[in-house]
Amino acid sequence: MSHHIVEARDLHYTYSDGTIGLQGVTFRITHGESIALVGENGAGKSTLLMHTNGYLLASRGEMRIGDAPVTTHNLNIIRRTVGMVFQNSDDQLFMPTVFDDVAFGPMNLGLEKAEVEKRVREALTTVGASHLSKRPPYRLSQGEKRSVAIATVLAMSPDILVMDEPTSSLDPTSRLNLIKLLKTFRHTKIIATHDLDMAMDLCERTIVLHEGRVVADGPTAELFKDTTLLHRSNLEKPLRMQQCPVCGTVDKLNNTNHRSHP
Amino acid sequence: MNNIGRNYFDINYMDTLSAGDSPLHRLDPRAKLITTLLFIVTVVSFDKYTLSAFLPFFLYPAALITSGKIPARYIINKVLLVCPFAILIGIFNPIIDTQILFHIGNMEVSDGWVSFFSIIIKSLLTVSAALILISLTGFNAVCEALIKLGIPRPFVIQLLFFYRYLFVLTDEAQRMDRARALRSFNTSSMKLYTFSSFIGHLLLRTLDRAERIYLAMCSRGFNGHIHMTKTIKNTWKEFSFVAVWVSLFLLFRLYNIPVLLGDLVTGVVK
Repeated sequence: MSHHIVEARDLHYTYSDGTIGLQGVTFRITHGESIALVGENGAGKSTLLMHTNGYLLASRGEMRIGDAPVTTHNLNIIRRTVGMVFQNSDDQLFMPTVFDDVAFGPMNLGLEKAEVEKRVREALTTVGASHLSKRPPYRLSQGEKRSVAIATVLAMSPDILVMDEPTSSLDPTSRLNLIKLLKTFRHTKIIATHDLDMAMDLCERTIVLHEGRVVADGPTAELFKDTTLLHRSNLEKPLRMQQCPVCGTVDKLNNTNHRSHP
Repeated sequence: MNNIGRNYFDINYMDTLSAGDSPLHRLDPRAKLITTLLFIVTVVSFDKYTLSAFLPFFLYPAALITSGKIPARYIINKVLLVCPFAILIGIFNPIIDTQILFHIGNMEVSDGWVSFFSIIIKSLLTVSAALILISLTGFNAVCEALIKLGIPRPFVIQLLFFYRYLFVLTDEAQRMDRARALRSFNTSSMKLYTFSSFIGHLLLRTLDRAERIYLAMCSRGFNGHIHMTKTIKNTWKEFSFVAVWVSLFLLFRLYNIPVLLGDLVTGVVK
């Protein structure tokens, strides 16, 4: 049995105030895949993510993690399998120190103290935040908070990583560091984002949501060439696929913007 | 509001302080909790016309602030914040209770004034003791100690959430008020209409935010238990800490030290 499979079968979800979140989402993500989930604001990305760890339960259809559907009975196993990094790191960091915060998950798993400390150290080292371990989380910068938030999830050693807008509100260097870091992870990844350049760097496959439905699901590089599709989803081509504003060329070979100008 | 947010409600600074390292920080949370509770009970147990007997009790906060390396100014600011409440409670005493108790020179001091100041001193002592406890221990560890002492878990978890909610609430309020202030130009105060909407929105936003935080906790396997990384121990250090302070409190409670000292001095002078 593999824990790494995420499968949505005809998911429907309507919020209590009548807002339609999802209306028939179906996809299957297999072991080690890295998926970009894109779409306009309100397309249902966050709603869909909330289904992966059972915070929302589908009104109709089912979400399957590993080989089991997400129900109220297996939430503990599901949440151990799926690590979720929230869009707003402040929501995720609530303990007095960074160390306590990263230790929160492993402690809840009931691990031995030594094992908890080992995991915390490893997670913080992985995200390059060991030096922050004694600081209170609310005093960190956005980039540091994001790193620590990711460490809190890594410390639980999940099989699947779910992230909501991981690069939002980061400065360019922090963004690049984050992308480099995510590249090293071997987890199955689902990343909801508007940052299509990051999607190109990290995700070989993209799912486009529009008004609660999957309108496209395929290789990232191909989908992003489809201007009509992107336009309909309030998106635009990744910067590197747009014409260079100075000389008007696109570097086809490297698929990057033409950077060298006299 | 911004100033309030920064200067007065900066309670989470206590968590920063509690991460410090001193013999007092390392003490078992239970020892500190029990001592603080006994301190508060002793202080409150004095009758309402007590003034001088409180003097020795200031030794406790003073000693803890010094040896725990807590910025005294911070604690004093926080205690002063609570002062208005104590004043409100005692403000009518001087008006109602006008019997003259003693004279200072030509000035008559009534029972009412004495009991008024007694209330204020009681509140200063108890509030500072509680704040120092949290600054030396951290709120989570205090909660853990409560559980270890047999307080039912659901109550303690409520307390813990209340504490976290407080930051969420002040945080949201601060941001909303900043947004309001930037668009209300000359008017510094809020109209009733704006205020009611403000409060309503604050509640809804806070609920939303709290829900997201709860979700984040659940995502990491929260099941009603908050575990602490600080180890809880029980050694002679803890016992002696409690024993020394509690016997001092008893001494201060049973004998009015300032009066005894005064008698001694006047006796010597005579």
